[in-house]
Amino acid sequence: MKRALHLVVAVAFALAGALAWAQRTVLQPGAHDALAPAGPQAARIGDLWDLFMVICGIVFAAVLITLAVALRRAPRADAGTPADVSMADRHEPGPYRSVLVGVGASIVLLFVLLVASVSTDRALARLPLQGALNLTVTGHQWWWEIRYDGDPVSETFTTANELHVPVGRPVVVTLRSDDVIHSLWVPALAGKKDLIPGRTATLQFQAAQPGTYRGQCAEFCGFQHAWMAFEVIADTPEQFAAWAARQRAEAAEPTDEKLRRGREVFLGSTCVMCHAIGGTDASARKAPDLTHVGSRTTLAAGTLRNDAESMTRWIRNPQQIKPGVNMPSSTLADADLQALVAYLGSLK
Amino acid sequence: MTASATTPNVPRNAVPPTADDVLALERTWRDPPGWIGWLSAINHKAIGKRFIVAAFGFFVAGGILAALMRLQLARPDSKLIGPDLYNQLFTMHGTTMMFLFAVPVMQAVSVYLVPLMLGTRSVAFPRMNAFAFWIFLFGGLVLYGAFILDIGPDAGWFSYVPLAGPDYSPGKRVDFWAQLITFTELSGLLEAVVLVTTVFKLRAPGMTLNRIPLFVWAMLVTAFMVMFAMPSVMLASTVLITDRLVGTHFYNPAEGGDVLLWQHLFWFFGHPEVYFIFIPGLGFISSIVATFSRRPIFGYSAMVLSLIATAFLAFGLWVHHMFATNLPELGKSFFTAASMMIAIPSAVQIFCWIATLWTGKLNFKTPLLFVLAFFFILVLGGMTGLMLASVPLDLQVHDTYFVVAHLHYVLIGGAVFPLFGAIYYWYPKFTGRLMSERLGRWNFWLFFIGFNVAFFPMHLLGLQGMPRRVYTYGSEMGWSGLNALSSLGALVIAISVLLFVINVFASLRRGERAAADPWGGGTLEWSVASPPPACNFEAIPVVHGRDPMWEPQPEPTHVAGLATTSRELLMTTVLDAVPDSRESFPEPTIWPFVGALATTVLFVGSIFTPWAVVWGSVPVAIALTAWFWPRRHENRAHLALEQQP
Repeated sequence: MKRALHLVVAVAFALAGALAWAQRTVLQPGAHDALAPAGPQAARIGDLWDLFMVICGIVFAAVLITLAVALRRAPRADAGTPADVSMADRHEPGPYRSVLVGVGASIVLLFVLLVASVSTDRALARLPLQGALNLTVTGHQWWWEIRYDGDPVSETFTTANELHVPVGRPVVVTLRSDDVIHSLWVPALAGKKDLIPGRTATLQFQAAQPGTYRGQCAEFCGFQHAWMAFEVIADTPEQFAAWAARQRAEAAEPTDEKLRRGREVFLGSTCVMCHAIGGTDASARKAPDLTHVGSRTTLAAGTLRNDAESMTRWIRNPQQIKPGVNMPSSTLADADLQALVAYLGSLK
Repeated sequence: MTASATTPNVPRNAVPPTADDVLALERTWRDPPGWIGWLSAINHKAIGKRFIVAAFGFFVAGGILAALMRLQLARPDSKLIGPDLYNQLFTMHGTTMMFLFAVPVMQAVSVYLVPLMLGTRSVAFPRMNAFAFWIFLFGGLVLYGAFILDIGPDAGWFSYVPLAGPDYSPGKRVDFWAQLITFTELSGLLEAVVLVTTVFKLRAPGMTLNRIPLFVWAMLVTAFMVMFAMPSVMLASTVLITDRLVGTHFYNPAEGGDVLLWQHLFWFFGHPEVYFIFIPGLGFISSIVATFSRRPIFGYSAMVLSLIATAFLAFGLWVHHMFATNLPELGKSFFTAASMMIAIPSAVQIFCWIATLWTGKLNFKTPLLFVLAFFFILVLGGMTGLMLASVPLDLQVHDTYFVVAHLHYVLIGGAVFPLFGAIYYWYPKFTGRLMSERLGRWNFWLFFIGFNVAFFPMHLLGLQGMPRRVYTYGSEMGWSGLNALSSLGALVIAISVLLFVINVFASLRRGERAAADPWGGGTLEWSVASPPPACNFEAIPVVHGRDPMWEPQPEPTHVAGLATTSRELLMTTVLDAVPDSRESFPEPTIWPFVGALATTVLFVGSIFTPWAVVWGSVPVAIALTAWFWPRRHENRAHLALEQQP
């Protein structure tokens, strides 16, 4: 029994230590990691996390050590050992004092955690928002529509599944949903916030250094919840301004025969029922805006890398890649499909 | 205490009971033979056993669904299971474990044990108890029937609108889910009424409210929570059905409805639900810790007050499931405070148990091992619970695998481990034989290790950004290793549960025969034979302390004078358990079973047409009328028992 006891204690310590250790080592700071903050909001939460880890780790260890000592020191018995009911009418000062101390310490520590949590919460709500970039994200099954509010309004533009933000500038995201509840979450930058039909919410964050941070829908939203991702690309202010200027422009004119053919295919097929390309007659808003689709790094809401081969596969049979997605499979001839892919790829 | 028997022609029991008394009581209280008799059974032990077996059946089914999910997630980009089936799997898994296993199994165990612990012969309303069991069973079977026919629900066990609404979940899948809620809530509410009444009115004389076993306290508190929480989800799911079936717009924002209304109603039930799974577990622990450390639990009053405090606070923290919505920030802070406060009564109980173990003499048997695992797992789950109570931390880990890890640590650690311990502990009482200690240890260690291997990595996955309820993930995310490890742990759990099932069945035939009190327990269920006779107690005991089996028994020890040829019970007062009246209990009848069938037809029919509520109520009315119709011979027997004072 002693061996088993040691095992319990050892496992307890191993697990408690593992979580603390893992957050800095096993968890390689990745593009999608709550403990690798890349902005002030996520960093504050990270600090709070560290405090919780320390206090909770100590309490967990203390409880288990006390239990282990209790199990070691108590004499052994079997079912025939007469039960000791002498304490039925007797006060037990030792255990009474210990329990009282334990409960008192718990209350104090809980209070510390509560104060830390509430003050972090206040700090998160008070991110300075002077000169903030305003944009609106609308959740759809299963992609993200992103509108950059321009001033003047004519500078407003719409894109999808890829958010560009300038480093060091606060961003206020207005969250809406057209269908079911989604949740916008970029672990490296901030906590998540739900996109709720009939309600509007906002999320504030700021990127501290340039980089690409992955985000994903966190609220179960149906068939393709798993593949409803996006990327946040934090650029220098200059790069961001250049990107925004390109996004405001209409789609590039085709420069050769193949691209022209591709545009004809697009405009002459069912694509136009749902997609828009600025500067053409295609203006439907049921699916991602494709005006600058060639400039994006992923396809199908973070599902595929954006290259000609993936695009071909996607257009030919999206149901195979994202079963249940609202885009139908295509019946285009190979040559037409190639021209279409080339054209879409040229929309930088 | 000896009630005088004044009616000469009705035989009444003596103290100690004579052989004739024992025979007569057995004949009076046993369920009728034959398969119609089987369907008519109302003895709380028969119903309790069936209830436990059925709930464990659903546990195994839910576990198989979980294993399939782990199989799918073991590798990245896995094409084994598509999103359509996967969404059904996790919806069915959650629904099964919450509605068809965790809540009912606790009620099932207490339906069996509570009358034995209280020193009485039946639960209150035994026919209703049978009805509640059948409703539960039929509800579960209907849900699994739907799943097999590929109309299993797929909008999550929480069925958030508008995803679960008519626009985004066409077809009948969500309707089956919503109607299952009606089934299980009906059953749960009826059981709560049965338990509260049993505890308040049927205790043995002398078992004052401050002497009832802590397990019974836990079940009493749970039953009250059920009565306050379940109407909320019943309302919510009924409104969901009317939105889906007859075009109301309660949850439709386009018509002035509100989708958050659903979340409030659901979690106002959903969070207390966690506690009415957890609190019975605390009751098991108190029973097991006391027996295996050979002393009463330290701090009885503190334990009881903690249970009640937990129950109260449990109703004030539902919003911590909704921190990511746009509710006011200040309001969320209150729920942070409430969620952290509930750690205090839990801490009190944990410290009291440790104090009990510290000052006791320990008998290390399988039930105690399962309870010790509780300390490890539940305390860790409690710590992550504090993290989830904090709004900022929750915003990072909400709806990720971190939460999956947390909830399995608290529910498996807080309820399933103690439940397994409880089955090992009371199995000899249920069956008259002990379970194998050797297999029990294998079962325990594999479960404990497998559990941690399966669920600990999920904390890390959540922090690495893996959301819940995804049917697959890309290899480039870096989640593959931990997922594979987790699936391996799931396999170990599956093996350990298989060993448990083998142990249960093998011990039925080959287990060591158990005496009345194989563990040296202190509560009344150990005073009767294993398994107990149909009437439980041939003479109702008189209680003089909290641990009647451990304390010296002054006179009087038993009650004489209850009828032996008729189902007569002693009612006592609510606080002091002073004998109050004698009450005649109903006899077995098939009508609760028929009534449950008729109700099932009504419920299932109303998934397809609202008119089923109209025509479906006719057979229900017929069954209920037959159920309550007075029988001449029963009246005569009851009249014969009446006495003028």
